[in-house]
Amino acid sequence: MLSKKQAQIFFLGGTAVTFLIFIGLTVFSLSKAQDQSNTDKITAAVVRGKHLWESNNCMGCHTIMGEGGYYAPELTKVIERRGEGYVKAALMSPVAWEPNGRKMGPYKMTSEQADDMVAFFNWIGEIDLNGFETVVSPLAKDAK
Amino acid sequence: MKYQSQKVAYWFFALSMLLLFLQLVYGFIMGFAHAGFDGLHEFIPFNTAKAVHTNLLVVWLLSGFMGAAYYIIPEEAQHELVSVKLAYVQLISLALVGVTAIVGYHFNYWEGRKFLEIPRPLDYLVVVNVLLFMGLIIMTLIKGKRKTTTALVLTMGLLFAALLYLPGMIDFDSQVMDSFFRWWVVHLWVEGVWELIMGGILSFLLIKLTGVDREVIEKWLYVIVGLTFLSGILGTGHHYYYIGVNKIWLIVGGIFSALEPLAFLAMALFAVNMYRKGEKKHPNKIALYWTLGSAIVSFIGAGLLGFAHTLPQTNLYTHGTLVTAMHGHLAFWGAYAMIVFAIISYALPNLTGRKFYDSPNGRLAF
Repeated sequence: MLSKKQAQIFFLGGTAVTFLIFIGLTVFSLSKAQDQSNTDKITAAVVRGKHLWESNNCMGCHTIMGEGGYYAPELTKVIERRGEGYVKAALMSPVAWEPNGRKMGPYKMTSEQADDMVAFFNWIGEIDLNGFETVVSPLAKDAK
Repeated sequence: MKYQSQKVAYWFFALSMLLLFLQLVYGFIMGFAHAGFDGLHEFIPFNTAKAVHTNLLVVWLLSGFMGAAYYIIPEEAQHELVSVKLAYVQLISLALVGVTAIVGYHFNYWEGRKFLEIPRPLDYLVVVNVLLFMGLIIMTLIKGKRKTTTALVLTMGLLFAALLYLPGMIDFDSQVMDSFFRWWVVHLWVEGVWELIMGGILSFLLIKLTGVDREVIEKWLYVIVGLTFLSGILGTGHHYYYIGVNKIWLIVGGIFSALEPLAFLAMALFAVNMYRKGEKKHPNKIALYWTLGSAIVSFIGAGLLGFAHTLPQTNLYTHGTLVTAMHGHLAFWGAYAMIVFAIISYALPNLTGRKFYDSPNGRLAF
């Protein structure tokens, strides 16, 4: 029968081994050779767009790469689906944007800010998502 | 109640329940918005309601865990808490940071990263608060007469939870890196170290409620938390399938996250078996219901519903959908909400002297 000491060794040993494997896999998958996200294409505009994305908590309603609020449309491929003009119009609109009943408050972004958001979405849209880019989400019905 | 300083727990439990009530209010706001009744949009848009709802969940559970630690550690260590005054300072500062964050969310003051919306200056205050809490718990343990496995597992869970908050504070230019390390906090909390906390509380309650020998219960506690980490650490990979990192996570995450229900199954079997084995019939039936209920519902919510969409072939179509939220709700409810209710149900009659062990209201609530 298992003793308490053996159970303790199972816990500590198992934790140490799996943690070391986890760290190893993290280093491997984040190494430059394994990059799937075109890190070298992250421009200053993309970074500014990411800050706008975060400071307005867009993820609280939308999803991107499948992560977010599940309330408003998935935006991973939004530029491909809607085009830059539509996205900029939604972000710069002085009135609430509510095409399908659900409301997005007026963010009243400047043209420069909307350009940064578009740059961010363009970069996101090019990431290799292991097949998810072809599904995107049930909200994106017109995705290929 | 054997030690006067355990009374601190009462106020942590009170704060916990107040925040739970607020969380439910914001949940209703979101539910109505989903149903098309978004009348509060001007004041509480969906992203505000969601940030408040999820952050209140984290804070009320943490407040419950902290209350549990302040109740359990003195009794396990057989020593009064080293400073009751500092514990109250910690409680008040926790409440102040939480309230400031929640008010801030209504004025666009946040980081906008799912589950970790607390703005950076408040993050530092959280770190100071948790350091104070851990200091009080660890010092009490060190000065205590005995160091039990239950107390060590609970403390280890709380300490790792504190340390794992740090990767979420690293700034990245890449959304992919941001997401990758955000899961170090969120996944390794919920499907890792929080299960240590849950295991520690469960073990304490089973020892008290069933009368089964401590050595037997603590031996199985090691096996359960061992299974948790064995599957849960590499199971983090199920969050990495489709966020722009290597395909190796589809294999590793798929295999190890499929094993995650084993830890919850073991926990459910463990709790039920200890109850059957127990000769002592503790009069606090409500605490027993919540304790066994937590072990069983966590297996259904976290184990079975998690397994239902954890394989990459399935997850490809459920990722980014409300299936995730569905699993998340019952998992949190079973594993963490119910274990907090269990420890509150056990501790409150001892803290207040009012022995409401088996009232109809208690049964109805269960």
